Amino acid sequence: MWGSFQAELTKVVKRPASWLLLALALSLMLIFAYLVRYASYAGGTGGVNTAGGLAVMLPDRLVGNSIGGLPVFLGALVLIHGVLVAGGEYGWGTWKTVLVQGPSRLTVYGAKLLALAVANVALMLAMFGVGAVASATIAAAENQPLAWPSIGDLAIGFGAGWLIASMWTGLGVLLAVLLRGVALPIGLGLVWMLAVQNLLASIAAPLLDVVATAQKGLPGPNAGSLTAALGSATTTPGVERIVGSGQAAIVVAVYLVAFAALGGVLLRRRDVV
Amino acid sequence: MKEPVATKGLTKRYGDLVAVDGVDLTVRSGEVYGFLGPNGAGKTTTLRMILGLIRPTAGAVRVLGRPPGPGQLAGVGALIEGPGFYPYLSGRDNLRVLARYTGVPVARIEAVLEMVDLADRASDRYRAYSLGMKQRLGVAAALLKDPQLLVLDEPTNGLDPAGMAEMRTLIRRLGAAGRTVLLSSHLLGEVEHICDRVGVISHGRLVAESTVAELRGDSTVRVVADPLDKAAELVRTLLGAERVRVHDGGLELAVSADRAAWINGELVDGGIAVSELRRHERDLEAVFLELTGGVRNVG
Repeated sequence: MWGSFQAELTKVVKRPASWLLLALALSLMLIFAYLVRYASYAGGTGGVNTAGGLAVMLPDRLVGNSIGGLPVFLGALVLIHGVLVAGGEYGWGTWKTVLVQGPSRLTVYGAKLLALAVANVALMLAMFGVGAVASATIAAAENQPLAWPSIGDLAIGFGAGWLIASMWTGLGVLLAVLLRGVALPIGLGLVWMLAVQNLLASIAAPLLDVVATAQKGLPGPNAGSLTAALGSATTTPGVERIVGSGQAAIVVAVYLVAFAALGGVLLRRRDVV
Repeated sequence: MKEPVATKGLTKRYGDLVAVDGVDLTVRSGEVYGFLGPNGAGKTTTLRMILGLIRPTAGAVRVLGRPPGPGQLAGVGALIEGPGFYPYLSGRDNLRVLARYTGVPVARIEAVLEMVDLADRASDRYRAYSLGMKQRLGVAAALLKDPQLLVLDEPTNGLDPAGMAEMRTLIRRLGAAGRTVLLSSHLLGEVEHICDRVGVISHGRLVAESTVAELRGDSTVRVVADPLDKAAELVRTLLGAERVRVHDGGLELAVSADRAAWINGELVDGGIAVSELRRHERDLEAVFLELTGGVRNVG
């Protein structure tokens, strides 16, 4: 298993797409959590997204700002990463190349999930790091005190962010295994995250009680509830307090386990073609 | 089932389609076994079942005495349906990644790169490789574990004549080194020159399994003489009518080639002018077409 994990991690680290997605995630977080808000604040053009003014950009809001994008747009990026890591093996015909070397399907699959979990730790470290630098820079520019969240809050926020990112990655892996490729899983994943979730939340849920109730069990709204509970601005797409943080964390964790397990079962049972 | 590869009643169905139908195939230790069949005959499906990549609907497979599957391919190297590698990695890094799955030492990577003559280009990205280099990297990956059994699925596919010649030399060398090689090929000449035995598959069924010589059948002696009817009458008297066939402007005699000189002498003594007398073997392609139902596009 250790060798398979090393192999999978090597593939993730050496793959240019991994770095491109990381750069995109950091850029989006930096632009929408800090640059746009600060430009609005500095230019005096405050609107709904700058509610709270300078305070929302300061270091004590680091946790919320770092994980606020994960329910939707950063989630979409990590989902794409999951699809690429598992689906690329189909496109390049490398499942057979790997499996005839001898490891079991579940060993390779487990190693893949483990490598993605490590990649998500790196993503969260980068998000928190870049967010810390941005918020400290703004605080210094505005002569504000550097008041950081407590270690406990940082740890909880880091863990929650990793959990949400890993859930979306798991969904990406599941879609890739289910559809044996890259393009369709990415397309369907993005349609779900960027369109269906929004339509359900903004159109269907206010009109139909059954949808509003169902929302409480879906992955996106629970991820949004978790980030909202940890300080993410509710003006961020997908961030909304629909359920409590405890339930949200449990539901997200259950989805992570379910996606991973279902993908493993499918990969084990089906022929490698 | 002590042979490196043995299948018994191996069958694979996809709905109503029977891709492989009750194949009993045996590859003996140390031989180079050629697996022939037209496109869609079931060759790759059979090889995939042998390697545990797809599950048989029925039947049994033994590879090196064990059923294929996780942890059971330690002595097996394979290149199936063309090379599949990570395009963003170099050839060497691709092999490093594969070596990590099985704990193969790094030194082995350089050794196999040398064996397939790819050491000079090993640092180049895979996506920059020519088809021939990709195939050779596929063989290198198959050799990583220094396997007892090598399964190669059409390794010369898409190669130019020089590349094909190189690949054949390599396979011959690997076979001579004592490895058992199971080779599927779309080139009859290749199989003829490399393989000890062949199996012919058609419509999912193994229709023949023997040495190339056995597949061809016994050789005959061809005679072109003048007058032909007088020559035919004489050799019928000498050999028996059942051994003589008039065919394509000559006589086809069902006797071994070492009797050719004697037959020549009898014909000349009988006042018959002999213009051609030679050993004649059945063309392997003709045998193949006969076995597979006359499809010319072999694959």
